[in-house]
Amino acid sequence: MGAGVSLKGARERRVHTGGIELCVAELGDPAHPTVVLIHGYPDSKEVWAEVAERLADRFHVVLYDVRGHGRSSAPKPLRGGFTLEKLTDDFLAVADAVSPDRPVHLVGHDWGSVQSWEFVTVQRTEGRIASFTSISGPSLDHFGHWLKKRLTRPTPRRVAQFLGQGARSWYVYLLQIPVLPELAWRGPLGKRWPSMVRRAEGLPRDGYPTASLPEDAAHGAWLYRDNVRSRLSRPRTDAYAQVPVQLITPTRDDFLSERLFDDLSGWVPELTRRTLPAKHWVPRTRPDQVSTWIADFTLAQEKAISTPGGRASVTPETTRATRATRATRATRATRRKAMSQKPYTERFGGQLVLVTGAASGIGRATAFAFAEAGARIVAVDRDAEGAERTAELSRLIGAPDAWAEVVDVSDAEAMEKLAVRVAAEYGVVDILINNAGIGLSGPFLKTTPQEWKDVLDVNLWGVIHGCRLFGRQMAERGQGGHIVNIASAAAYQPSKSLPAYSTSKAAVLMLSECLRAELSQQDIGVSAICPGFVHTNITSTARFAGVDEAEQQRLRERSTRWYGLRNYPPERVAEAVLRATLRNEAVVPVTPEARGAQLLSRFAPGVLRRIARLEPPL
Amino acid sequence: MTFAVGSELTSRLEGFRAVQRLAYECAETVAAQLRPGVTEREAARMQREWLRERGVRDWLHLPFAWFGDRTAFTDFRLPFQFFPTHRALEPGMPFILDMAPVHRGFTADVGYSGCLGSSPLHDRMLADLQAHRELILREVRERRPLREIYESVDRLMVRQGYANRHRAYPFGVIAHKVGTVREQRWSPTFFGFGAQALKGLLGDALHGHREGWSPLWSPHAFSDHPPRAGLWAVEPHLGFRGTGVKFEELLVITDSRDPEQSAFWLDDDLPHVRRWGP
Repeated sequence: MGAGVSLKGARERRVHTGGIELCVAELGDPAHPTVVLIHGYPDSKEVWAEVAERLADRFHVVLYDVRGHGRSSAPKPLRGGFTLEKLTDDFLAVADAVSPDRPVHLVGHDWGSVQSWEFVTVQRTEGRIASFTSISGPSLDHFGHWLKKRLTRPTPRRVAQFLGQGARSWYVYLLQIPVLPELAWRGPLGKRWPSMVRRAEGLPRDGYPTASLPEDAAHGAWLYRDNVRSRLSRPRTDAYAQVPVQLITPTRDDFLSERLFDDLSGWVPELTRRTLPAKHWVPRTRPDQVSTWIADFTLAQEKAISTPGGRASVTPETTRATRATRATRATRATRRKAMSQKPYTERFGGQLVLVTGAASGIGRATAFAFAEAGARIVAVDRDAEGAERTAELSRLIGAPDAWAEVVDVSDAEAMEKLAVRVAAEYGVVDILINNAGIGLSGPFLKTTPQEWKDVLDVNLWGVIHGCRLFGRQMAERGQGGHIVNIASAAAYQPSKSLPAYSTSKAAVLMLSECLRAELSQQDIGVSAICPGFVHTNITSTARFAGVDEAEQQRLRERSTRWYGLRNYPPERVAEAVLRATLRNEAVVPVTPEARGAQLLSRFAPGVLRRIARLEPPL
Repeated sequence: MTFAVGSELTSRLEGFRAVQRLAYECAETVAAQLRPGVTEREAARMQREWLRERGVRDWLHLPFAWFGDRTAFTDFRLPFQFFPTHRALEPGMPFILDMAPVHRGFTADVGYSGCLGSSPLHDRMLADLQAHRELILREVRERRPLREIYESVDRLMVRQGYANRHRAYPFGVIAHKVGTVREQRWSPTFFGFGAQALKGLLGDALHGHREGWSPLWSPHAFSDHPPRAGLWAVEPHLGFRGTGVKFEELLVITDSRDPEQSAFWLDDDLPHVRRWGP
């Protein structure tokens, strides 16, 4: 048993409760805060192996096989042996054994989360739980109310949500059939399951699940039979969470709709939401992100507990009261801002974002937008002072950490050193923004080879180096990621005054499209952003080919003034970057002229060619 | 207005200095009384009443108060949006008090930035205003055209990572001239602006138009002239993602050839200057 993955360095012990023997594994120093990880169905505690390993240096990590699973014994008879009340007994027995004096931090995935919801909403666990991180498993009581609301007050949207979740729950209906599921699990399904789920979910090939899978799955069917029908038809009305809850929602979960958690803030006074673009088994596919969020949340709660008068006990009454005062206090404008900011904070909080060309313009605005969403920032630029400034202000507006790195993106060697340094000191980059670029204007016949080389080195090679080095790190880690390349509307709008610049940006656009196809296998998204005229300092640093210094200066001033009159702020491009990352969009034109040119390039390219011949009004 | 030399100058400057101090004292007093739940209108009224009690009868403009992201003029499109609203102050919110009282005929125009509770970002932004105060004085002493100084301030703000928010003021001005006003029994205001002071500004604008200068220091071509002697209320205003900070105080510009005497801040003993330290 327990072949394949194992919990390295785990200490095992047996806990007896109500005639059941539970197999409990512990990692890390027991003096640290205790985190209890509870697995789902059909799983055993080894599903947490990767996460447990990452948490063990700072926490006392406790895992146990739920009754009837792994190396814990099964109740006899099975019927009636898996009720939420009995599962609560098990949890309390484990908590008392591993952390008798201090409350524990709960983390549940799938059915582990379903039962943890019961633990945090019943009275008898009071004082034993400090916080709860829920992944892909709703409270059956909340779920019951959710269904009821959609059935008793149907609107088209609610009916659609009801049917959507109904279709995702197909396996729940199958598990209600007697005997057959057990036969299937002990027979062909048990054998095929590992490869089926690996293919469907993109799981790593690491020897999981354990050999006990057929028995686990057969016993676990009683989790559904003992609880689902009774709880959904008569959900408890007092299922308020007594502790702070962090909800991690995988956005591509095949079994649970995101909408299921819409009403949750009514049940949970202190709710932190996180979203992850991944499928159901995130403890296995995204262990880095999941363990980071667990660690951050747990440590924040520990801090709140240890500060005197840190947290008052929460009752439903105070919940409603605080919500009411908050609603009156927050003005409409601030609420609107908070609402528009929310999806970004949920998704990017704690992620590592690297931005090139971050000392000014679009790069700086993008760094700030990610910082506001709670991401960690690496600001890369040739301009040390500007990059340092970006990092400093990022920290002030919400980035948990921000660093400046002075690198010229066109320098292959320097970029390689940067990639090594970033990976070693800050971790693998989750989101890469290749933004650094320079402007070059002037007729082709007057552009010198050196000028061509300069613009291609920064605008194209900078992007290639970024994608090559950081994209490889993302792919090797195998936990997804996103790359955003800042191209330009000039990538599809030809112009006689911007031959070199447009060529470089067209290359960036095509590179992004090809890379998107290649990296989609690894769950890494690639977006190209195509802004039009945006008011940044690219005009005051641009080169104009074939003119003397005085004329150069005049043209710079004129174009800067023109862009100033256009006055399209880089902050709006930054917003498009965040949106594109959130939705994994392929090509995003920003500004009306960029969108217009994109339309014309499809339906009337002749018009674009005529525009290309116009003399710029400088 | 140009200044005669000697004691007349000193006594007139003393008058301006006194009203500026009075206005800053008012700002500090009101700021200390701000609590969560106080609205912009209430804060504006507090300033008005405090100054009325101390003999202010006329205004260049009635007191303004901006809270929260209104300090950065977020989404301001119409001039009416500058007027105080029912927005209530919340813990951690930045605020700006801005008033322009006339006292014994002398006008001041001051702006005071604060924050309810501590905010490292607000502290940083306030500290970054110091460079602007130094830059403006230095370039005025160099007699550079006002429009170019405006652009230098703009560049410094961009380098610092901030947005120029004085651009949102009427004509996008960073400063405007102030002068003396004749004391009258009846001093009406129109849309918050004092009739007497507006008349003075209009007269300056008319003279300036003939002589090629403007009492408004703006980014536009009509400000493409060297600094004009007189008293200027200078108000650089930084904005950054929903937080705005500014100071506003009087800059004295004279026709003196001595650079030290050609331009100087009327008073160096003001709250924001004390904050930066020597």
